[in-house]
Amino acid sequence: MGIWQSLSGPPEYRQLAEKTGFTYEQIGVLHNRFKHLSHNEDTLRREHFYAIHDLAWNPIRAQIIEAFFDRRNLIPPEEGSLEEIHLEEFVVVMSHFKPPSLSMTDEERDSVRREKLRFLFNMHDSDNDGTITLAEYRHVVEELLSRSVHISKEMAVSIADAAMLEVAGITMGHMEPDEFYEGITFEHFLKLLNSFEIEAKMNVRFLNMNPSTVCY
Amino acid sequence: ILCIWVLYQGTQDNDTRAHGDEEHQQGNSTAHRKAFPVLSFNYEYVRKPFEISLWILLALLMKLGFHVIPRVSHVVPESCLLIFVGLLVGGVIKAIRQTAPVLDTDLFFLYLLPPIILDAGYFLPIRPFTENLGTILVFAVVGTLWNAFFVGGAMYGVCQLEGGQLRGVDLLSCLLFGSIVSAVDPVAVLAVFEEIHINELLYILVFGESLLNDAVTVVLYHLFEEFSHAGVVTVADALLGGLCFFVVSCGGILVGAIYGLLGAFTSRFTSHTRVIEPLFVFLYSYMAYLSAEVFHLSGIMSLIACGVVMRPYVEANISHKSYTTVKYFLKMWSSVSETLIFIFLGVSTVAGPHAWNWTFVIVTVVLCLVSRVLGVVGLTFVINKFRIVKLTKKDQFIVAYGGLRGAIAFSLGFLLTGNKMKDLFLTAIITLIFFTVFVQGMTIRPLVELLEVKKKRECDGSINEEIHTQFLDHLLVGIEDICGHYGHHHWKDKLSRFNKAYVKKWLIAGDRSTEPQLLSFYNKMEMKQAMMMVESGGVFGQNERKNTPPSRRKTVISKSREMEVRKMLHSNMQKNRQRLRSYSRHDLMMDPFEDDVSEVRFRKQRVEMERRMSHYLTVPAKRPEPPPSVRRVAFEPAHRVYTYDDGEGTPVEARRNASNPVSLLNESGRGFQEEEEEEKEEEQFKALRRLSDPGPKS
Repeated sequence: MGIWQSLSGPPEYRQLAEKTGFTYEQIGVLHNRFKHLSHNEDTLRREHFYAIHDLAWNPIRAQIIEAFFDRRNLIPPEEGSLEEIHLEEFVVVMSHFKPPSLSMTDEERDSVRREKLRFLFNMHDSDNDGTITLAEYRHVVEELLSRSVHISKEMAVSIADAAMLEVAGITMGHMEPDEFYEGITFEHFLKLLNSFEIEAKMNVRFLNMNPSTVCY
Repeated sequence: ILCIWVLYQGTQDNDTRAHGDEEHQQGNSTAHRKAFPVLSFNYEYVRKPFEISLWILLALLMKLGFHVIPRVSHVVPESCLLIFVGLLVGGVIKAIRQTAPVLDTDLFFLYLLPPIILDAGYFLPIRPFTENLGTILVFAVVGTLWNAFFVGGAMYGVCQLEGGQLRGVDLLSCLLFGSIVSAVDPVAVLAVFEEIHINELLYILVFGESLLNDAVTVVLYHLFEEFSHAGVVTVADALLGGLCFFVVSCGGILVGAIYGLLGAFTSRFTSHTRVIEPLFVFLYSYMAYLSAEVFHLSGIMSLIACGVVMRPYVEANISHKSYTTVKYFLKMWSSVSETLIFIFLGVSTVAGPHAWNWTFVIVTVVLCLVSRVLGVVGLTFVINKFRIVKLTKKDQFIVAYGGLRGAIAFSLGFLLTGNKMKDLFLTAIITLIFFTVFVQGMTIRPLVELLEVKKKRECDGSINEEIHTQFLDHLLVGIEDICGHYGHHHWKDKLSRFNKAYVKKWLIAGDRSTEPQLLSFYNKMEMKQAMMMVESGGVFGQNERKNTPPSRRKTVISKSREMEVRKMLHSNMQKNRQRLRSYSRHDLMMDPFEDDVSEVRFRKQRVEMERRMSHYLTVPAKRPEPPPSVRRVAFEPAHRVYTYDDGEGTPVEARRNASNPVSLLNESGRGFQEEEEEEKEEEQFKALRRLSDPGPKS
């Protein structure tokens, strides 16, 4: 398979394949989709994403789109955000959703987990300061509940507060009366979602994609 | 033993009594009339219900007895012990030459099986079930077919080779036998798997398979029974059989879904008659089962479909108490049923006519094991190509080993009529059941330990996990949309949007129809926590888990409670609040959840409290100036003295309330905790007071 691949794939794919672990076929499909979304331009901008019709229903649309332009999700991660992305960034962000292979050692599985949880963390931590503060978490919950009409803002706030307290409880243990909880760091986040088995859940099947499905 | 003796005596006495009455009547005209009977013995009148109750009581007493002997119940699963008891009882009954009650097929299929299946279906964990539905279906359908044909075919081959007594067993009979023994039994699986606390994936795979293979079993059984009477099979018949399978399964699901929707719709209007709400759940489900059985559709699948469809809507509509009632009644009935099934299995073993044939029986057992293993391994190989989370060798082993046979196979065997091989088959079936339940049931627990199979996660219901589950759902849908890939998540999302937009409006009463899932989860959790707190008279229940001496804690709490009471009495409470003085659990639980109004109020109360909690998270908690109306409480000298006031929204109170849930979840210092418990209780009392305050002040 190796020889056949290196014969058929263009050289730029090879670098991407090594970086992300996708096969040439999958990268080809993603490239087609990229071209379709960007109307055959070289780069994707936020407007292109917002134009996807199906995404209109999604309560966390803004955060998902931001994640594509977030430099922290690149390999290697950097700071700041981009205005437009090329195919490379597109594929790299998608690679976070690759299903884990069957034969994996525990360390590999752990690193996959960290990577996926890091992606989620970056989505929550919108101001890039390394912690998820209460305000940011509240924002997350509000977004999740934003599609329901009759929900008061207070309810969302109280849910977020309860969740935050839970995190504080799990990660900080006993707190003195004059201590207060600053925010969720990445380590806390890992500990919180420890039993969540994210490597099994955060996956999209890249096998049978029809990139020219019209979503407009 | 006493019961059986009474039974025996009863029958004896009745004969003499009947005889005696006759004599008396004849002599009535001539002799003087007999004296008025002060005390008479009329057993016939109550015989049937008496015996039924006696059996059930016996079964439950046995169940009770096992848990008194902890060592035995740890090694041997309950089902084995119950069968053993059944054997004993059967032996005793045979010894006194009475006719034992046999596991009548009607009794089993109409009365004993439905509660177990309903309990399983109503509380089926939907998410893992639908995530693994493909795998489960493949195991259930293809796996069972493979088992049936392999066992049937191989048995035929062996019978031909053996000769002698077995030569009369023809191919169709063998296939019929194969179809009876091939199905994994949900009752046995539940009984064994519940005790070993295995992880969710394996549990749902084996259990889901045992539920869904009912359709296959029903079709195969009826198919082969018809054929064995007819004698010849044509291709048309085989095709019809295939068609029958689809009709049976889809028809069963459809019937169940219809009844489920009816039940959900009915529950929308029950807000004024809360007491009969649980009955609707039970009756609609039972009707679904019976209706499916009328048309020879799969009753089990109908029951499951009804429970699954009904549950989300009914739970949104019925009161909390009705929900608890439904849960406990289902658990109770299914527990009784399961116990009775296993005991009757034992009794029937001793009672029934047997035809023992070494070869047949041993070959059956071996073949079943072999075919199960081969089936699982082969199917997993194919399935793993389509799964994201592959099944490891360990998983496969547990799935294969957990394929227990049980009472369904026995009843189906019992149903065989006009088959000269019936006794032979029954013996083999019973031996197979015994083997799987005893050997496999007993050894699966040490094997699970040995292989270090992942166990069930202890704590679920964390609000963070719920938030992230939803977040992840939306995220995956979004990514799929960006890729243009209409995958698993996309359709699930579409279905849930349809559900929210149309179905929920019809089936859920009031404004709860627009409540998002996260919110209902949160409310449920809060209510659960609050009820736990109130029931245990404070935070005492949770703190038991910490490794601090409970006895010391006890004294502090009761002391603080006393002081609370005194304070409340002093502060001009209403007359009815003086009930609090007695301090029993029942008085504390003044049913704040009785009607919807107080529920909503309670929720608003919690919202208030949570809002104050937020201060804790953003503002460094400082000790404020004590306001004028302060009360000082002195605890034992080892702890600090805390001040608190009668409860306006100050940061102090926020700190108190906020820190309590923290301490719920982890080890905290004792001193800090005691203060919180006391204050949390105070909050609770205030909440209760405000809620159930019917007096003129409100």
